[in-house]
Amino acid sequence: MSHAAAASSDHHYTSTGLNTFKLGFWTLIGSESLFFASLIATYMVYKGESVRGPFPSDVFNIPLTSVSTFVLLMSSLMMVLALAAVQRGDRKGSLLWLFMTALFGSIFLGFQAYEFTHFYHAGLTLGTNVFGSSFFILTGFHGAHVLIGVIWLLTLWVQALRGRLGPKDAITVEVAGLYWHFVDIVWIAIFTLVYLLE
Amino acid sequence: MVAVVLTIITAAEVAVAYVPALRPVLAYILITLSAAKFSLVVMYYMHLKFDSRIFSGVFLAPFSLALVVVVAMVLLFKLIPFI
Repeated sequence: MSHAAAASSDHHYTSTGLNTFKLGFWTLIGSESLFFASLIATYMVYKGESVRGPFPSDVFNIPLTSVSTFVLLMSSLMMVLALAAVQRGDRKGSLLWLFMTALFGSIFLGFQAYEFTHFYHAGLTLGTNVFGSSFFILTGFHGAHVLIGVIWLLTLWVQALRGRLGPKDAITVEVAGLYWHFVDIVWIAIFTLVYLLE
Repeated sequence: MVAVVLTIITAAEVAVAYVPALRPVLAYILITLSAAKFSLVVMYYMHLKFDSRIFSGVFLAPFSLALVVVVAMVLLFKLIPFI
């Protein structure tokens, strides 16, 4: 990815004068918006339609989820700091903030794993009721996106460790940042519509 | 600064959810606050405010469609059957 990014940052521009990699990624984000919108819409349609429990009020822990939301929000801030560090050629800063972003993303995944386990022990599975299926599909796909993001960030961190992530490679980190922030805003929507509106 | 504002809005969202008097308008308040958080992240963290408008168009067109899908589904299955 870094190789492609380096090439694209120097040579690959569309007829609009914009970077191909970045334009393509914004297109991907647009398509991902539609994907998550369909999952969120499904959850909203099935909300309150479960015949048997556990129901959301039986299992949701708003304070805990608020903490995990805060963790993900802070990881977005760290991603911004990581990009700034890469753009100015600050290797130590790049290593620190890329690692911290991945770490906070992993902490968020830990919270999700704990929550899913707790829900399972409370009797809520994919097949229990429509709440279970729509909730686990929505948050499961979001969690999978976060996991991919963490892996991506760690590969960038390894590149930075090897001294292969300089200002000329900033477009790679910028695109990774776009992905990470998108994952964050999807969670903003999920937290509000799934947890708080309950 | 943006991070501070996001934190404050998140705290406000959680606080509002626990206020019984606001129940009738809770959905509107939460959606408004979430929209504010969304806008801040997209404009400042994702740099859309300072980038080419083509990026904004490429993102906002499908995102608008996504919003329409969600609203349409909710209307179709939640509100219209009761009219």
